[in-house]
Amino acid sequence: MSLFSQIAFIALLCSLSLTRALYFHIGETEKKCFIEEIPDETMVIGKYRTQLWDKQTAAFLPSTPGLGMHVEVKDPDTKVVLSRQYGAEGRFTFTSHTPGEHQICLHSNSSKMALFTGGKLRVHLDIQVGEHTNNYPEIAAKDKLTELQLRVRQLLDQVEQIQKEQNYQRYREERFRMTSESTNQRVLWWSITQTVILLITGIWQMRHLKSFFEAKKLV
Amino acid sequence: MTVTIPLFRCFLLFFHVVVVFHLVSATELTFELADDDIQCFFEEIEKGEKFSLDYQVITGGNYDVDCSIVDPGAKVLYEESKKQYDHFSHTAEKTGVYKVCFSNEFSTFSHKTVYFDLQTREEPALIPEMHNRVSALTQMESSSVLIHEILKTISESQTHYRLREAIDRIRAEEIHEHVMYWSVGETLILFVVSISQVVMLKSFFTDKKSIPGLGF
Repeated sequence: MSLFSQIAFIALLCSLSLTRALYFHIGETEKKCFIEEIPDETMVIGKYRTQLWDKQTAAFLPSTPGLGMHVEVKDPDTKVVLSRQYGAEGRFTFTSHTPGEHQICLHSNSSKMALFTGGKLRVHLDIQVGEHTNNYPEIAAKDKLTELQLRVRQLLDQVEQIQKEQNYQRYREERFRMTSESTNQRVLWWSITQTVILLITGIWQMRHLKSFFEAKKLV
Repeated sequence: MTVTIPLFRCFLLFFHVVVVFHLVSATELTFELADDDIQCFFEEIEKGEKFSLDYQVITGGNYDVDCSIVDPGAKVLYEESKKQYDHFSHTAEKTGVYKVCFSNEFSTFSHKTVYFDLQTREEPALIPEMHNRVSALTQMESSSVLIHEILKTISESQTHYRLREAIDRIRAEEIHEHVMYWSVGETLILFVVSISQVVMLKSFFTDKKSIPGLGF
């Protein structure tokens, strides 16, 4: 009874993990995008659940087959990392290979368009990044770890994630510094150029007008 | 130290049930808010649960946004206008769906990128085995829990640092671009103005009515 009940409760825990997540409403053709700024080699797991508005009962149906969501993930260079169609309930995962702002976009894409006459869709969403993606009960069962060993494993994962974030921080500061230095150079170069152009134009104007007035015998 | 096997399993079962209702929910999202747009997020919170909202505007305009939190009884718990960042925590008085809205309706053309972090509920135990609660934690276990909490604080402050740095970095990149555009534009205007000055001045003196040579 014990092992089975434990597994059953773990399964219950996992299945209930999305019934109380944050949710928002989305229109029929609306595309909702979220930005995740993450260091490289970081795993991101997103879980969503959709519910359709039913006009007859004036409530959201618990589940509707045929609903679908298209998930598109772009990396910082706007290259598509993931572009897949999922059902009414889905779980998508990707690992970043370059550090930076990744964009996760969702839009509805049902196989039966008639479902969408109400026009409102409720989307429950949960996005976990980095060490939050690790499933510790699974790891404990697989590697047969005691609770203390599992806790240490969690601390190691946390520290690794902090270290990755620090590296990313250094990379971002380097980029920021390069941008500032480049701006400094641009401002300097353009100021000198504009001053020189101003002087040359002034001199040209005077000489041109002087020769013009001399030709007109006004000077 | 160890309880008898059936009682132990009984405790395990009981704590499993307790754990099931204490699921982690810390949602942090960064989304784009178009001009004249309002976006709302809903979360189910139980009575007596403590929740907190942290939000920050990362890009756009004057870096400000309107935010409001409404409880299930349509009572406004929090309402602020044009704030760049803020923190709000509250203990829920009613069970139900709480609505968090961000509005950019006062802006006519600037898109805003808003980050928010809504934390509800406590973090659950690492694995659904709560026998630690039956006996006291050993020193190793309590130290490791302490380290875990400290690392979480470090991670949170890293996030805040990253957001503040993102604001400055994006602004610096915008300045970088704007300097280029404005410099090229100013140079062109300089040429146009100087040439047209000369042309106009010449046109005053080449008027057919005025008599060249006499001048005044």
